[in-house]
Amino acid sequence: MASSSDSSTPRGEPWVWFTGLGLIIGLGMVIGLLSLVILNGVTVFWAPQVPVAQVDDGRTIIGQLAQRRIRAGSTAENPRYERQYQVGLRELNGNSYLWVDETKIKAEVFPDDVLGLERVEHGPAFVRPQSLRKSDGKVVPITDPAFESALQAEVAAAAAVREKFEEITRHRIGDVNHEMDEARVALRRAEDLKLADEIAVRRRQIDGLEERFVVLKAEAQKIVNGGAVAVLDSKDAAGREVAIPLTQIVRTWFPNRLDTWGRTQLFASRLGEFIFDEPREANTEGGLMPAIFGTLVMTVFMSLLVTPFGVITAIYLREYAQNGPILRVVRISVNNLAGVPSIVFGVFGLGFFVYVLGGSIDQLFFSDQLKYNNNTPVFGTGGLLWCSLTLALMTLPVVIVATEEALAAVPRGMREASLATGASKWQTIRDILLPASAPGILTGVILAMARGAGEVAPLMLVGVVKLAPTLPFDGNAPFLHLDRKFMHLGFHVYDLGFQSPDSDAARPMVFATTLLLIVLIICLNLGAITIRNRLRARFKGASF
Amino acid sequence: MPEIMNPPSSSRIKVRPATEREGRKDYITIKDYGFWYGQKKALDAISLDIPERQVVAFIGPSGCGKSTLLRNLNRMNDLVDGISHEGDITINGRSIYDPGLEVISLRRRVGMVFQKSNPFPKSVFENVVYALRVVGVRDRAVLEEACETSLRKAALWDEVKDRLDDSALGLSGGQMQRLCIARAIANRPEILLMDEPCSALDPIATGKIEELIHELKEQFTIVIVTHSMQQAARVSDRTAFFYLGKQIEYDTTEKIFMNPSQAQTEAYISGRFG
Repeated sequence: MASSSDSSTPRGEPWVWFTGLGLIIGLGMVIGLLSLVILNGVTVFWAPQVPVAQVDDGRTIIGQLAQRRIRAGSTAENPRYERQYQVGLRELNGNSYLWVDETKIKAEVFPDDVLGLERVEHGPAFVRPQSLRKSDGKVVPITDPAFESALQAEVAAAAAVREKFEEITRHRIGDVNHEMDEARVALRRAEDLKLADEIAVRRRQIDGLEERFVVLKAEAQKIVNGGAVAVLDSKDAAGREVAIPLTQIVRTWFPNRLDTWGRTQLFASRLGEFIFDEPREANTEGGLMPAIFGTLVMTVFMSLLVTPFGVITAIYLREYAQNGPILRVVRISVNNLAGVPSIVFGVFGLGFFVYVLGGSIDQLFFSDQLKYNNNTPVFGTGGLLWCSLTLALMTLPVVIVATEEALAAVPRGMREASLATGASKWQTIRDILLPASAPGILTGVILAMARGAGEVAPLMLVGVVKLAPTLPFDGNAPFLHLDRKFMHLGFHVYDLGFQSPDSDAARPMVFATTLLLIVLIICLNLGAITIRNRLRARFKGASF
Repeated sequence: MPEIMNPPSSSRIKVRPATEREGRKDYITIKDYGFWYGQKKALDAISLDIPERQVVAFIGPSGCGKSTLLRNLNRMNDLVDGISHEGDITINGRSIYDPGLEVISLRRRVGMVFQKSNPFPKSVFENVVYALRVVGVRDRAVLEEACETSLRKAALWDEVKDRLDDSALGLSGGQMQRLCIARAIANRPEILLMDEPCSALDPIATGKIEELIHELKEQFTIVIVTHSMQQAARVSDRTAFFYLGKQIEYDTTEKIFMNPSQAQTEAYISGRFG
């Protein structure tokens, strides 16, 4: 063994292993989290086979296996499992989910005729259909080979009717209501100011709107009542007769008949609904379109607010401010701001942005609205603008620090070259420093976006809601409604996971929503990174 | 390249005879000039006159203050915190510290080329016309003409005329330095300061730049800082030798190299120094 002084092994080499260990632990956590979310999130939309199970106590269960776990009280050497089935038919069974001791299950078969139903209300159902009473009065029994196609056709027809109904009740009646609100406010104002002409005009307008409302209502009613409704007669697991009108059915599938291609199609259709539709059933069913849209708009808006603000601040700090104790205190404060709990920003946003700023805006520009509309605030309540501003404030330190670093990293030679040609300080900053530090600034913006998009706590105080009736963007002027409350994926995860009345039904959606949020943030970041790389390419080969 | 590798010696350096041209003899006047970085005195009692349209070389060992003096001629040292000075520098009779004189307008009259070439990450064209853009010239024809003139003067036109819109960062080291010269002369300054312009270049590029200096002095007054004795001897009309912030000797290049009056100068030039 050589003495340590002439040993050929360099000293300190074991540290390499420590650094490697750190990397492995970090990677392991990231990969573990991602695979948990991806596995649980993606399988939500995959339709497995659905068994009919005979239980010892004489019950029969038709249901989709949801979970399998070791029973409490059983030992590790001799585990006893229990299974959770999603049986659906909440209105009959009282609960959609059922735990069964695995050893009590006598037999499990997968009959062809089990039908899965996604319904508008009361969650899903698994039944054994008997016959279909078509809207033209004909009855198609399950034994008829045309049963499946007839069912599909009726479901599609019912969906079309439901869509027409939605179009009238939500959009057209919604527009009328919107106009009505405005007209009523205008009428109250006119009455208050005793403008006889205006009163007459407004009254006529309201009468006209009421007429339109009645007509639309009747039209909607006609759609609901008009024409016979097809009904699916089935039996549930216990053999009880269940008659479900097809207007209640969103989607049907025979889980034990589908081949892989059929399951893939079903998967795509459910995924599509999840991304592009609106939520149903206390957000545990349907899609997340409003939440995706809200998250996206809010994040983009936040970036647009925080970037100029942070960059301007950093330019002042780095280029103009006198070096000294005050500057140091400001720098430390900015850095500390990054460590303030986000909920504190939420409280500040509520206290300052919503009540002070929003209240003042209402006093100044919407005083009529306040006075004649039961003191309903416009900007004096949580909304998209205040959420974006609060998050912009929260992510400001990230952008400031990144921009300062980027400015400091611009080679001194470039700065001197510009000044030596007679450029002013501002021209140097605008033409040379900012373009050269753009990639670094964008890195800061990317970090800010990632942090802002995933933030929930402050948003709960300043404008995110469980269910927003309208998107922050629609056809009514001024199109982008910064005062509106909106839905947000991060809040949606919290709401589903912890506030949902049916936690079993919400569980898969929590994973799916989390996955969607992660994918959305990745997409936003990829977009920003692409821009940054384009900018970097312009500076490639720089030899300063 | 033995001539470059070996230490310089006065006997082997070929000195170009000084050419007398018309112009003010005291175009730049430095008088009893002292300069501090914070508490540290970097320059002490400098007094010299630089004639119009001549090349003056500042030589001396590292840290002797030659670059500091050069950078004070266009007040580039203003960027440094905690500087102070005594005495005065005048250009064409007017003090550069005159409160009525904007630093920006001083720098427009006194162009500068740096030790490391520092083109902007823009196209060749935009690099050259930057000084004109800064003063608000928008006319494309004017800009194009200025670009061509400057690049021709910097002996770069033939090499880059087909790629004016390419990034300047794609040029070779020597081309980049000539581009920086073109950029410095684009707005027609009166004086050109060069801070070791060839220190990072190979002998061929160095030769091109030295030729360029010969041509440029027909129009500009040039002050050059250099570590290369041969270069000082080849390009300059007058040479100033500095040591430890003091001006040891200032005279015609011929006199400094052939017959220096100070022993320190002699020692430095012959390589027996430092």
